[in-house]
Amino acid sequence: MATFKEFRNNVKPNWCPGCGDFSVQAAIQRAAANVGLEPEQLAVISGIGCSGRISGYINAYGLHGIHGRALPIAQGVKLANRDLTVIASGGDGDGFAIGMGHTIHAIRRNINITYIVMDNQIYGLTKGQTSPRSSEGFKTKSTPEGSIESALSPLELALSSGATFVAQSFSSDLKQLTALIEEGIRHEGFSLINVFSPCVTFNKVNTYDWFKENITNLDTIPDYDPSNRIQAMTKLMETGGLLTGLIYQNKERKSYEDLVPGFRKEPLSGQNPEITAEQFDQLVAEFK
Amino acid sequence: MISQLSWKIGGQQGEGVESTDRIFSTALNRLGYYLYGYRHFSSRIKGGHTNNKIRISTKPARAISDDLDILVAFDQESIDLNAHELCKDGVIVADAKFNPAVPEGSSAVLFAVPITAIAEELGTSLMKNMVASGASWALLGLPLEVFNKAVEEEFGRKGKAIVDKNIEAVRRGAEYVLELAGGPLERFKLEPADGKQKLFMIGNDAIGLGAIAAGCRIMSAYPITPASEIMEYLIKKLPKFGGTVIQTEDEIAAITMAIGANYAGVRTMTASAGPGLSLMMEAIGLAGMTETPVVIVDTQRGGPSTGLPTKQEQSDINALIYGTHGEIPKIVLAPSSIEECFYDTIQAFNLAEKYQVPVILATDLQLSLGKQSCELLDYSQITIDRGALTDEIPEREDGSLFKRYAETPSGISPRVIPGQKNGIHHVTGVEHDEAGRPSESPANRNKMMDKRLRKLDRIKVDHPIHVQAPYKEPDLLIIGMGSTGGTIDQARRSLEADGIKTNHITVRLLHPFPAKEIQPYLEQAKQIVVLENNATGQLANLIKLNVGYRDKMVNMLKYDGTPFLPAELYARCLKVYEEQESAQKPNGELVEHGNF
Ligand SMILES: Cc1ncc(C[n+]2csc(CCOP(=O)(O)OP(=O)(O)O)c2C)c(N)n1
Ligand code: SF4
Ligand SMILES: [Mg+2]
Repeated sequence: MATFKEFRNNVKPNWCPGCGDFSVQAAIQRAAANVGLEPEQLAVISGIGCSGRISGYINAYGLHGIHGRALPIAQGVKLANRDLTVIASGGDGDGFAIGMGHTIHAIRRNINITYIVMDNQIYGLTKGQTSPRSSEGFKTKSTPEGSIESALSPLELALSSGATFVAQSFSSDLKQLTALIEEGIRHEGFSLINVFSPCVTFNKVNTYDWFKENITNLDTIPDYDPSNRIQAMTKLMETGGLLTGLIYQNKERKSYEDLVPGFRKEPLSGQNPEITAEQFDQLVAEFK
Repeated sequence: MISQLSWKIGGQQGEGVESTDRIFSTALNRLGYYLYGYRHFSSRIKGGHTNNKIRISTKPARAISDDLDILVAFDQESIDLNAHELCKDGVIVADAKFNPAVPEGSSAVLFAVPITAIAEELGTSLMKNMVASGASWALLGLPLEVFNKAVEEEFGRKGKAIVDKNIEAVRRGAEYVLELAGGPLERFKLEPADGKQKLFMIGNDAIGLGAIAAGCRIMSAYPITPASEIMEYLIKKLPKFGGTVIQTEDEIAAITMAIGANYAGVRTMTASAGPGLSLMMEAIGLAGMTETPVVIVDTQRGGPSTGLPTKQEQSDINALIYGTHGEIPKIVLAPSSIEECFYDTIQAFNLAEKYQVPVILATDLQLSLGKQSCELLDYSQITIDRGALTDEIPEREDGSLFKRYAETPSGISPRVIPGQKNGIHHVTGVEHDEAGRPSESPANRNKMMDKRLRKLDRIKVDHPIHVQAPYKEPDLLIIGMGSTGGTIDQARRSLEADGIKTNHITVRLLHPFPAKEIQPYLEQAKQIVVLENNATGQLANLIKLNVGYRDKMVNMLKYDGTPFLPAELYARCLKVYEEQESAQKPNGELVEHGNF
C-alpha cells in the first residue's frame, strides 16, 4: 500500500513561502494514502491560478486545464473511468467567478468526485485583484476604493443547490483538512470542500491570525448533526460562513453515475469500443 | 410515366407537417425511390409557417427540385407562400375547412379535401396527417398496402385499434381525393423505382450512428439548432452500449467534459452550431496543446451571433480553422453526403486518436437536417484505430515520469490513460516538457511547438477532395463543399447540354488544406467558380491562400438562408461563362457575383 510519500513528486512548487496551498497539497497526499489509493488510481484535475498548479505537485495522474473549467474536465474523467478517484481543485476565482456556473451544476449533478477550493479571497496569480469571495470594502488593485459588491457565500449556495457533501477547513488545521478530504473521497457523490488558504502576498486582511481568531470549528461542537440541512444553513449564517468541519452530508442520495439509465458498472475506459454486426443491423433497421 | 416528382406539405408549425412528411416519405423509401428532403422552418415551436418538400426520383438526386408538382396545404398561407413554385399543371390538395382558393394567375388544380373533418370524424384532428398523406399517395396511384405497412410500423406500439383508425384515415383521404380527381393522375405516374433497399435519414442521424460504430460512448452537449438531433439520437442508443449523453450547463462544459473523458480513454464527442463553437474555442486550444483527442461536430447555420438559426449557411469555415488563440494542429473535415456523415464520423474519431488532436466535423444545416435516401451503410468498413495508445508500460528504474510528450520523428508520442500503472505524467495547457512538466525555456518551446505541429505533416485522410473531372481543360471548374454537391451535379448537366465543359471538386478536408491534391485541377481550368453559402467567400479565400489562382477565380455566394437551387446555379454559372467568353476585362479582375 502506498504511503503519503509516494504521492510526492520532486517538483518544487512555485508558491510563495507561507502560502496556504502547501497544506492543501500535503493534505491531499495524506488523505489519498489514508484511503488506500495507489498513485495511478488518483486523478487530480485543476484550474488556473496559483492554486491550479497543485496537480503538478502530486504524484498522481494530473491535468492542469483552463481557467474555471476544472470541474467539467473532472466530471468527464469520472464518467469515463468510474474506478478512478477524481479530485478537482482550484482557486476561489476559478470556482466561484469564471467557473461558478460549472460549480452549481456539478453540485446539482452529484457525480462522485471531490472538489477542493483553495479560497484566499483574492486573485493570487494575476497579482491581487478582487475575487467574488472578497469582503465588502476590501481594497485590491482592482478595487482601490474597496470592493462595493457583496461577498459570495459559496456554502450556503451549495446547500440550496442540493449539495450532498459540504465541508470547510483551514490550511493551518492539517489534521481536520486531511480527515475531511478522506471523507469527501469516501462520500458517494459530489463533495465540496472549501479551504481557507491564505495568500500571504496579496491578502493582508484575511491572514492566518485573522482566521484563527474568527473561525468556529464544528469539531468543538459535540451535538452538531451534519445530516440536518436547516441547522447547517443556520450555522453558516450565524458564523458569516467562518465555520470549519463537516457542515452537511446527505448519504441517501445516489450519485449521478448510479442514476444514469443503463450506465455501465465497470469503467467505460476498459470497454471494447467495437459493436457487432447484429448490433449494427439493429441500429440501421429504423432507417429502412 | 415520369422519373421524378416533387411534393410539399405546408402548415403551421406543430400541426402535423413533420409527421405527414415522415409517413409519406418512409413509404416511398420502401418502394425504393430516391428521396431528397428540405425543411423550411423557423425558430418557433407552435405557429409560424413551415413546410417540408421532398423530391422523389427513380435515380439518385441530391438536390432540392426547382419546381413543385403537388402542394398539400393545411392553411391558405401555405398556398399563398408556395403556389408560385407549382409547375404549370401542378396540384394543390388543401383542407376544405378553410375554403382554400388558388391565387390569381396560378394555373394549379385545386382539390379541397375535408382533411380536418375526416380526422375529427374518426376521433381526433391529430389524424390530419394520415388523411393528407393518404390523399397524396392515392394521387400518385401507388399501392396502398405499402403505405399501410408504414402506418402499422409507426403506430404498432399503440395497439391495433389505433393502427386501424389511422389506416381508415388514410383510406378516407385517398377515397375522397380520387373521387374529386376521377382516379390517380396520369401525369404523376412515376416509373417504378429500382427497388434497391436504401436508408432514409438525416445527416445528424448518420453522425450519431457513426459515433456509436466508432466506439463513442459518451456525448456531452448543450442543445442547439441544428445539432440537437445528434444528442437526441444518442440519448436513445448509448444506454444500450453502457454509455450516456450528458446535457451540460453550456458548451464550455460540453467540450471540457469531452476532453476530460477522452483524456481518460473513452471516445467522447460534442456537437453544436456556430454560437456553441465560439464558446468552445479556448478549450479546443487546450485539446491541441495537451494533445488530447476530441471530436467536435459543427452543424453550420446562419450567423453571425444568433443570425439565422434555422437556415442554411457555410460561414464558420474561418472560425473553425483559425478560431482558437495560439497555434495548434487541428483537423477540419467536411462531409458532403449522408453516407459521408457516417463514415467521416468514424474517421474523425480515428484521426483524433491517431494524431492526438481535436477534429472538427463541419456539416451545414441542409446536410444535417435534410432527410435523404442513402446507400446501405457497410459494416465491414468500420475500423477503429486508437493510434499510439499504449497497453503495457514497463516500470522505470529511476521512478521518473512517463514521457507522454516524447519527441518522435512523427511528432506523435505514446499515450496512456489515467489508471494505468507506470504511466503517471503531467498534463497542462502551459508549455511543457516531454513528461508534461511546465517549462518556459526557449529551446523546449521550439522543440515542443515543432513536435505538435509536425504531427499533421503527413496526415492521411480518406478522399480529402472528391473529383469529377471528365475534361482536361474545362471551361469551368466548380468547387463546393457540404450539401451543395448534388445541386452542382444537376447544374453541370444543364451546362453540359449547352456545350459548356465543367469539372467539379468537393473539398472534404478543410484543414490542413489539401493543396497538392487540388492544384492540378485548378491549373487546368479556364475559370474557377467557388460556390459557398456565405457572404465573404471563405472557401475561395482558403484556396487562394493555400494554392493561388486568384485571377481566374469567381466567388459564387449565397447567404440569404436558402440553399442554392439547380436552375439558379445553372443561370449564374452560365452568366460567368458568358462574361468570360465575351469580355476579357482590361485589368483581369473578375466580377463578384452577389446574392440573387
Ligand atoms: C479565460 C481566462 N481569463 C483570465 C485569465 C487570467 N487569470 C489566471 S488565474 C486568474 C485568477 C486567479 O484567482 P484564483 O482563481 O482565486 O486563484 P489563485 O491564484 O488565487 O489561487 C485569472 C484572472 C486566464 N488564465 N484565463
Ligand atoms: S501569490 Fe498568494 S496565492 Fe499565490 S503563491 Fe503567493 S501566497 Fe500563494
Ligand atoms: Mg484566489
